[in-house]
Amino acid sequence: MEVPILKQGQYLIATFQAALSDADLNQLRSGLVQQVVKLRSRGVIVDVTAMDVMDSFASRTLREIAHMIRLRGAVTVIVGIQPEVAFAMVQLGLTLEDVATALDLEEGLAYLNQKFKNTH
Amino acid sequence: MAPAPEIGVAINSDQDIVLARQKGRAKAVELGFSSGDATLIATAISELARNIVAYAGKGRITLKVVNGLNRQGISVVASDDGPGIPDIRQALRDGFSTSGSLGLGLPGVRRLMDEFEITSQPGRGTTVVVKKWRP
Repeated sequence: MEVPILKQGQYLIATFQAALSDADLNQLRSGLVQQVVKLRSRGVIVDVTAMDVMDSFASRTLREIAHMIRLRGAVTVIVGIQPEVAFAMVQLGLTLEDVATALDLEEGLAYLNQKFKNTH
Repeated sequence: MAPAPEIGVAINSDQDIVLARQKGRAKAVELGFSSGDATLIATAISELARNIVAYAGKGRITLKVVNGLNRQGISVVASDDGPGIPDIRQALRDGFSTSGSLGLGLPGVRRLMDEFEITSQPGRGTTVVVKKWRP
Protein backbone atom coordinates (compact mmCIF):
# COMPACT_ATOMS: atom_id res chain seq x y z
CA MET A 1 0.00 0.00 0.00
CA GLU A 2 1.50 3.28 -1.09
CA VAL A 3 1.71 6.14 1.39
CA PRO A 4 0.15 9.33 0.03
CA ILE A 5 2.36 12.42 0.25
CA LEU A 6 0.51 15.70 0.65
CA LYS A 7 1.98 19.13 -0.01
CA GLN A 8 1.08 21.76 2.54
CA GLY A 9 2.89 25.02 1.79
CA GLN A 10 6.59 24.49 2.49
CA TYR A 11 5.90 21.18 4.15
CA LEU A 12 5.18 17.64 3.03
CA ILE A 13 2.91 15.35 5.01
CA ALA A 14 3.06 11.57 4.58
CA THR A 15 0.37 9.65 6.40
CA PHE A 16 0.53 5.89 6.86
CA GLN A 17 -2.88 4.43 6.09
CA ALA A 18 -2.24 0.94 7.40
CA ALA A 19 0.49 -1.49 8.29
CA LEU A 20 3.30 -1.20 5.76
CA SER A 21 5.50 -3.85 4.25
CA ASP A 22 9.23 -3.34 3.79
CA ALA A 23 8.66 -2.60 0.11
CA ASP A 24 6.12 0.11 1.00
CA LEU A 25 8.58 1.67 3.42
CA ASN A 26 11.34 1.69 0.83
CA GLN A 27 8.98 3.29 -1.64
CA LEU A 28 8.04 5.94 0.89
CA ARG A 29 11.71 6.68 1.49
CA SER A 30 12.52 7.28 -2.15
CA GLY A 31 9.21 9.07 -2.81
CA LEU A 32 9.65 11.49 0.06
CA VAL A 33 13.23 12.34 -0.74
CA GLN A 34 12.35 12.94 -4.38
CA GLN A 35 9.44 15.21 -3.44
CA VAL A 36 11.57 17.19 -0.99
CA VAL A 37 14.05 17.84 -3.77
CA LYS A 38 11.42 18.63 -6.39
CA LEU A 39 9.26 20.89 -4.26
CA ARG A 40 12.11 22.41 -2.23
CA SER A 41 10.24 21.56 0.95
CA ARG A 42 11.54 22.83 4.28
CA GLY A 43 9.83 20.33 6.50
CA VAL A 44 8.40 16.82 6.39
CA ILE A 45 5.89 15.24 8.73
CA VAL A 46 5.54 11.47 8.74
CA ASP A 47 2.34 10.46 10.51
CA VAL A 48 2.62 6.88 11.78
CA THR A 49 -0.59 6.83 13.84
CA ALA A 50 -1.88 3.86 11.81
CA MET A 51 1.36 1.88 12.17
CA ASP A 52 0.60 -1.36 14.04
CA VAL A 53 4.17 -2.33 14.78
CA MET A 54 7.45 -0.48 14.59
CA ASP A 55 10.08 -3.14 14.19
CA SER A 56 13.80 -2.76 13.50
CA PHE A 57 13.31 -2.31 9.76
CA ALA A 58 10.59 0.33 10.03
CA SER A 59 12.52 2.25 12.63
CA ARG A 60 15.72 2.12 10.61
CA THR A 61 13.89 3.29 7.48
CA LEU A 62 12.35 6.24 9.32
CA ARG A 63 15.78 7.23 10.60
CA GLU A 64 17.21 6.98 7.12
CA ILE A 65 14.40 9.14 5.77
CA ALA A 66 15.06 11.79 8.41
CA HIS A 67 18.81 11.74 7.79
CA MET A 68 18.49 11.96 4.01
CA ILE A 69 16.05 14.83 4.30
CA ARG A 70 18.34 16.61 6.75
CA LEU A 71 21.12 16.41 4.17
CA ARG A 72 18.79 18.35 1.90
CA GLY A 73 18.53 21.02 4.57
CA ALA A 74 14.98 20.14 5.54
CA VAL A 75 13.56 18.86 8.84
CA THR A 76 11.57 15.68 9.47
CA VAL A 77 9.16 15.12 12.35
CA ILE A 78 7.67 11.71 13.09
CA VAL A 79 4.25 12.06 14.67
CA GLY A 80 1.65 9.73 16.12
CA ILE A 81 3.71 6.86 17.55
CA GLN A 82 1.11 5.08 19.66
CA PRO A 83 1.91 4.48 23.34
CA GLU A 84 1.86 0.70 22.91
CA VAL A 85 4.11 0.89 19.88
CA ALA A 86 6.50 3.15 21.80
CA PHE A 87 6.57 0.65 24.67
CA ALA A 88 7.36 -2.24 22.32
CA MET A 89 10.06 -0.19 20.58
CA VAL A 90 11.83 0.50 23.86
CA GLN A 91 11.63 -3.17 24.89
CA LEU A 92 13.04 -4.18 21.55
CA GLY A 93 15.87 -1.68 21.99
CA LEU A 94 14.89 0.65 19.17
CA THR A 95 15.43 4.36 19.34
CA LEU A 96 14.77 7.10 16.85
CA GLU A 97 17.77 9.05 18.06
CA ASP A 98 18.39 12.37 16.30
CA VAL A 99 14.90 12.29 14.81
CA ALA A 100 12.33 14.80 15.98
CA THR A 101 9.04 13.35 17.19
CA ALA A 102 5.78 14.98 18.18
CA LEU A 103 2.50 13.81 19.63
CA ASP A 104 0.32 14.32 16.58
CA LEU A 105 0.00 16.20 13.31
CA GLU A 106 -0.92 19.45 15.01
CA GLU A 107 2.11 19.34 17.32
CA GLY A 108 4.30 18.36 14.39
CA LEU A 109 3.19 21.41 12.42
CA ALA A 110 3.74 23.59 15.47
CA TYR A 111 7.27 22.19 15.78
CA LEU A 112 8.09 23.00 12.16
CA ASN A 113 6.51 26.46 12.36
CA GLN A 114 8.58 27.19 15.46
CA LYS A 115 11.70 25.98 13.68
CA PHE A 116 11.09 28.18 10.65
CA LYS A 117 9.43 31.12 12.36
CA ASN A 118 12.21 33.50 11.36
CA THR A 119 11.88 32.70 7.70
CA HIS A 120 8.21 33.44 7.15
CA MET B 1 -16.82 -23.52 19.12
CA ALA B 2 -13.27 -23.76 20.39
CA PRO B 3 -10.82 -21.52 18.57
CA ALA B 4 -8.44 -23.12 16.10
CA PRO B 5 -5.54 -24.48 18.18
CA GLU B 6 -2.91 -23.61 15.65
CA ILE B 7 -2.39 -21.03 12.92
CA GLY B 8 0.41 -21.34 10.40
CA VAL B 9 1.70 -18.58 8.16
CA ALA B 10 4.17 -19.35 5.41
CA ILE B 11 6.89 -16.69 5.29
CA ASN B 12 8.19 -16.16 1.77
CA SER B 13 8.43 -12.40 1.41
CA ASP B 14 8.24 -9.14 3.30
CA GLN B 15 4.47 -9.05 2.71
CA ASP B 16 4.14 -12.21 4.80
CA ILE B 17 5.85 -10.47 7.73
CA VAL B 18 2.89 -8.08 7.96
CA LEU B 19 0.39 -10.92 7.59
CA ALA B 20 2.04 -13.01 10.31
CA ARG B 21 2.11 -10.19 12.84
CA GLN B 22 -1.49 -9.25 12.11
CA LYS B 23 -2.61 -12.84 12.69
CA GLY B 24 -0.54 -12.93 15.86
CA ARG B 25 -2.12 -9.78 17.18
CA ALA B 26 -5.62 -11.04 16.39
CA LYS B 27 -4.88 -14.34 18.13
CA ALA B 28 -3.44 -12.58 21.17
CA VAL B 29 -6.49 -10.33 21.49
CA GLU B 30 -8.76 -13.36 21.08
CA LEU B 31 -6.91 -15.04 23.96
CA GLY B 32 -7.58 -12.05 26.17
CA PHE B 33 -4.22 -10.31 26.04
CA SER B 34 -4.29 -6.56 26.53
CA SER B 35 -3.77 -4.45 23.46
CA GLY B 36 -0.32 -3.47 24.80
CA ASP B 37 0.74 -7.11 25.16
CA ALA B 38 -0.72 -7.88 21.73
CA THR B 39 1.55 -5.17 20.31
CA LEU B 40 4.58 -6.73 22.04
CA ILE B 41 3.67 -10.12 20.58
CA ALA B 42 3.08 -8.65 17.12
CA THR B 43 6.43 -6.87 17.28
CA ALA B 44 8.22 -10.08 18.27
CA ILE B 45 6.56 -11.92 15.37
CA SER B 46 7.61 -9.15 13.00
CA GLU B 47 11.27 -9.51 14.04
CA LEU B 48 11.22 -13.31 13.90
CA ALA B 49 9.58 -13.33 10.48
CA ARG B 50 12.08 -10.72 9.33
CA ASN B 51 14.96 -12.96 10.38
CA ILE B 52 13.44 -15.77 8.30
CA VAL B 53 13.22 -13.56 5.20
CA ALA B 54 16.69 -12.06 5.75
CA TYR B 55 18.65 -15.21 6.59
CA ALA B 56 16.72 -18.19 5.26
CA GLY B 57 14.56 -16.70 2.50
CA LYS B 58 11.54 -18.71 3.54
CA GLY B 59 10.10 -20.48 6.51
CA ARG B 60 7.07 -20.59 8.72
CA ILE B 61 5.50 -18.88 11.69
CA THR B 62 3.17 -21.03 13.75
CA LEU B 63 0.95 -19.59 16.46
CA LYS B 64 -0.34 -21.88 19.19
CA VAL B 65 -2.37 -21.58 22.31
CA VAL B 66 -0.44 -22.97 25.27
CA ASN B 67 -1.88 -24.00 28.60
CA GLY B 68 0.11 -23.83 31.81
CA LEU B 69 -0.96 -24.93 35.26
CA ASN B 70 -3.31 -22.02 35.92
CA ARG B 71 -2.63 -19.93 32.95
CA GLN B 72 -2.96 -19.62 29.25
CA GLY B 73 -0.60 -18.08 26.79
CA ILE B 74 0.49 -17.90 23.20
CA SER B 75 3.49 -19.54 21.65
CA VAL B 76 5.10 -18.41 18.44
CA VAL B 77 7.30 -20.84 16.56
CA ALA B 78 9.51 -19.42 13.83
CA SER B 79 11.18 -22.14 11.82
CA ASP B 80 13.22 -22.28 8.68
CA ASP B 81 15.52 -24.62 6.79
CA GLY B 82 18.06 -21.91 6.20
CA PRO B 83 21.80 -21.80 6.85
CA GLY B 84 21.40 -21.91 10.63
CA ILE B 85 23.28 -19.88 13.19
CA PRO B 86 26.86 -21.00 13.81
CA ASP B 87 27.21 -19.14 17.12
CA ILE B 88 23.94 -18.75 18.99
CA ARG B 89 25.49 -17.00 21.97
CA GLN B 90 26.87 -14.35 19.68
CA ALA B 91 23.51 -13.99 17.91
CA LEU B 92 21.85 -13.34 21.25
CA ARG B 93 24.15 -10.47 22.08
CA ASP B 94 22.78 -6.97 21.58
CA GLY B 95 24.21 -5.27 18.55
CA PHE B 96 25.24 -8.40 16.69
CA SER B 97 24.03 -8.89 13.13
CA THR B 98 25.31 -10.42 9.94
CA SER B 99 22.64 -9.28 7.50
CA GLY B 100 23.21 -5.56 7.83
CA SER B 101 20.07 -5.12 9.88
CA LEU B 102 20.09 -3.42 13.24
CA GLY B 103 21.25 -6.54 15.01
CA LEU B 104 18.66 -6.16 17.72
CA GLY B 105 16.46 -8.95 16.52
CA LEU B 106 16.95 -11.89 18.86
CA PRO B 107 17.88 -10.17 22.14
CA GLY B 108 15.06 -7.71 21.53
CA VAL B 109 12.55 -10.49 20.89
CA ARG B 110 13.70 -12.15 24.10
CA ARG B 111 12.87 -8.99 26.04
CA LEU B 112 9.43 -8.68 24.42
CA MET B 113 8.34 -12.17 25.42
CA ASP B 114 8.31 -14.28 28.63
CA GLU B 115 10.05 -17.38 27.33
CA PHE B 116 12.57 -17.81 24.58
CA GLU B 117 14.17 -20.93 23.14
CA ILE B 118 16.34 -21.30 20.10
CA THR B 119 17.74 -24.33 18.36
CA SER B 120 19.85 -24.07 15.28
CA GLN B 121 22.01 -26.39 13.27
CA PRO B 122 24.39 -24.98 10.73
CA GLY B 123 23.17 -26.04 7.28
CA ARG B 124 19.90 -27.38 8.70
CA GLY B 125 17.94 -24.38 9.84
CA THR B 126 16.77 -22.52 12.89
CA THR B 127 13.75 -22.78 15.15
CA VAL B 128 12.87 -20.10 17.65
CA VAL B 129 10.05 -20.70 20.12
CA VAL B 130 8.78 -17.78 22.17
CA LYS B 131 5.91 -17.67 24.62
CA LYS B 132 3.98 -15.04 26.41
CA TRP B 133 1.65 -15.80 29.30
CA ARG B 134 -1.51 -13.89 29.94
CA PRO B 135 -1.19 -12.05 33.23
